[in-house]
Amino acid sequence: MKVRLNGEPCEVREDASVLDVVAASGAEPEGRGVAVAVDGEVVPRGEWDEFELREGQRVEVLQAVQGG
Amino acid sequence: MAECGPLTIAGREFGSRLILGTGGFRSLESMAEALAASGAELATVALRRVDASARGSIVEVLEEAGCTLLPNTAGCFTARDAVLTAELSREAFDTDWIKLEVIGDERTLLPEGSELLDAAETLVAEGYVVLPYANDDPVLARRLEDAGCAAVMPLGSPIGSGMGIRNPYNLRLIVERADVPVILDAGIGTASDAALAMEAGCDGVLLASSVSRAEDPARMARAMRHAVTAGRLAFESGRIPRRLYGEASTPTEGVPELT
Repeated sequence: MKVRLNGEPCEVREDASVLDVVAASGAEPEGRGVAVAVDGEVVPRGEWDEFELREGQRVEVLQAVQGG
Repeated sequence: MAECGPLTIAGREFGSRLILGTGGFRSLESMAEALAASGAELATVALRRVDASARGSIVEVLEEAGCTLLPNTAGCFTARDAVLTAELSREAFDTDWIKLEVIGDERTLLPEGSELLDAAETLVAEGYVVLPYANDDPVLARRLEDAGCAAVMPLGSPIGSGMGIRNPYNLRLIVERADVPVILDAGIGTASDAALAMEAGCDGVLLASSVSRAEDPARMARAMRHAVTAGRLAFESGRIPRRLYGEASTPTEGVPELT
């Protein structure tokens, strides 16, 4: 199925979890400074593994950068 | 930097009254050098889409330096986006401190006051320690304080402009009425701007571009450290009044008749 990962179309397997998409994004899933929103809602780190994505969902995988 | 008293925000003490924004450094190494030279114990971080080619971790660099992280909501134009960004930051950095930024105009980057206040109210209710980047507006500063913000952070002039403090009078009005720390945030161009903010009674200064985009960031960071300390010491010392005419400091009694 297709989801949108950081604004780009992304092909993932049918039962893909948030954790799978975090790994696909290039972020370090264990690293600090990473956060995920799906369709505009925060998904806490503890739920990444079990949160199953659905077709067309918008996933934002964010990491710490310099700023402010 | 223990020459002047600590900066206390929401019950937490920081030995330095200088808060370093981390935006604009050419590298993490340059940032680390400037951070060490600045003496800052609190530094901002932001969240952006993952860039798999990015090298190094800003979180590790800041934590190795013993710095407390202050995530920001830079780039948000609505209260809704700012609240969501704060929630993402809490997840990413394990802190409920947030530098709340809601911008109202892309060209000047000036804050959008009503969205800012909305976001502040929501985040305070959710238990965040909210440090709002605000206009140099004494009424808005009061509203933000009443909403439960842990500090108010009026701008001196637009972000990255280096134009210094354009309205010292408003800044004084904000300082005079505030019961929470006042942090001058944005517009600092050089050391004298930071000293002026502290002389006006600000509790601290938050700056980024003036250091990160200086030719020698570490050296400018050292200048800012001294400026903030000097300004604070001067503020605490009670300056002399301004006079229209001169007033001799050498005794006027006992002047000899020499000719």
